[in-house]
Amino acid sequence: MTEKTYKRADGRDPDETRKIEARVGVIKNADGSAFFSFGGSQAIAAVYGPRQLHPQHLQNPEKCLLRCNYDMLSFSVTERKRPGPSRRSAEISYVTTKALEPVLQLEGLPNTVVDVYIMILQADASTRCAGINAAAMALANAGIPMNGLVSAVSIGKIGDTIVADLTKEEEDFTVTKGGEEIKAVTDIPMAFTSRGNKITLLQLDGKIKPEELKEAIALGKKVCKKIAEIQAEAIKKVDKDKD
Amino acid sequence: MTEKTSKKEESQKEEQGNSEKERIIVAPGEVVAEGKDFLPGDGTKREGNEIIALRFGLLEKNDKLVKVIPLSGAYIPRVGNTVIGEVIDVTFNGWIVDIGSPQLAFLPITECFKYVNKRDLTETLDFHDIIVTKIKSVKSRGVDLTMKGRGLKDLQGGMLIRVNPTRVPRVIGRAGSMVNIIKEVTGCSIIVGQNGVIWLKGPSVDHELLAKEAIDMVVEKPFTEGLTEKVRVFLEKRKKELKQNVEKKEEKKDKGEEK
Repeated sequence: MTEKTYKRADGRDPDETRKIEARVGVIKNADGSAFFSFGGSQAIAAVYGPRQLHPQHLQNPEKCLLRCNYDMLSFSVTERKRPGPSRRSAEISYVTTKALEPVLQLEGLPNTVVDVYIMILQADASTRCAGINAAAMALANAGIPMNGLVSAVSIGKIGDTIVADLTKEEEDFTVTKGGEEIKAVTDIPMAFTSRGNKITLLQLDGKIKPEELKEAIALGKKVCKKIAEIQAEAIKKVDKDKD
Repeated sequence: MTEKTSKKEESQKEEQGNSEKERIIVAPGEVVAEGKDFLPGDGTKREGNEIIALRFGLLEKNDKLVKVIPLSGAYIPRVGNTVIGEVIDVTFNGWIVDIGSPQLAFLPITECFKYVNKRDLTETLDFHDIIVTKIKSVKSRGVDLTMKGRGLKDLQGGMLIRVNPTRVPRVIGRAGSMVNIIKEVTGCSIIVGQNGVIWLKGPSVDHELLAKEAIDMVVEKPFTEGLTEKVRVFLEKRKKELKQNVEKKEEKKDKGEEK
């Protein structure tokens, strides 16, 4: 098999994402909530606040703090995940916070916090992207002032082909070189703001050439634009149904 | 016959409502106006030549002013708002009150509505007492309250319900029309706090529950035009049922006594 013409197992085009599903208002007791899925990767996000921040030493008298909490539920993966925080979830929580912060307008609410809880119901690669998308929608649903949405997608390089929205199967793609199996996939999760297309998240796992990275970012921008439209539509839908 | 006419009226009203002002739901980041002819109001922001929505809500354009009326979100205290709160702590010089805002509120002794025995503040207001109070000032360290004013008092008995603070204007209605109808038909006295806490007290629990049902209806249907009329129809219908039920119960009682 030549590397250039990598054919995707599910028959998708290189720039095509899996089926996206987006809904808001899925958790009744939260101030705002949302569900977002890329095919088999499903995430729910719940937003609480703005509310008083504890512990007190974290309080900022100038603005409201954003605190994200990402976690995978134990049944979300094939092998049971040990529940509770891990090194991986701490990192993803941190990058999610950093990805969402630039769009939020949190000035003028001293010593308070907005809590975002992201739970992965089912994992099939790029869960952090699904989590960020869900969190952005949940924040909007909670009525938090923000100057745009954040949309995330993972762009990958399989062999020499740049594709959007990797699945777990694609992430584990290997080539045999000299009798050895080598991982031939680069995974690049990225997030963009809906206004101005600014990058708020860019992580990279694997090897890639600078030119290819530029190409990947351009593709990410294109895909995220579509995702932002889907998000905005879902956010507006909630109350119309009730009428 | 009456039903038919009322339905007709409703549909007419709806049509009028739609033609009068088309209400659009916007998501944050959406461009709501272009050019320098418009001024950004609440929930919007100017970015270059465009005005964008800052939050999820209903878009309203009045002449030149563009604003977004929020449909969700926490209560942000403003000076002069009348709110209903719960006393959650008693300190040596006042009370700490939960008014449902991100920050806690403080009511000092000097702003209390009656004489306070400084040796024991709980004589005046104790833990979990419900009070109607007014916001005196909002500062970075917190919210200060006052109870000096008409109608500011502690509440005895009745029922408390909480609704989303963004729905409060709907519950009150234009110049109090909605809340007055509910008061009139159910016979309850109702106090609506700007923070979304509503206090009801009526002749019986059934009446209070009926008022609660009506308020829930108003809260759940924020987009319906001519809602005031619908609520009146609903309340009157339910009130009749209530009366019949009460009569039936009394009949049963009478029968039981006879037996």
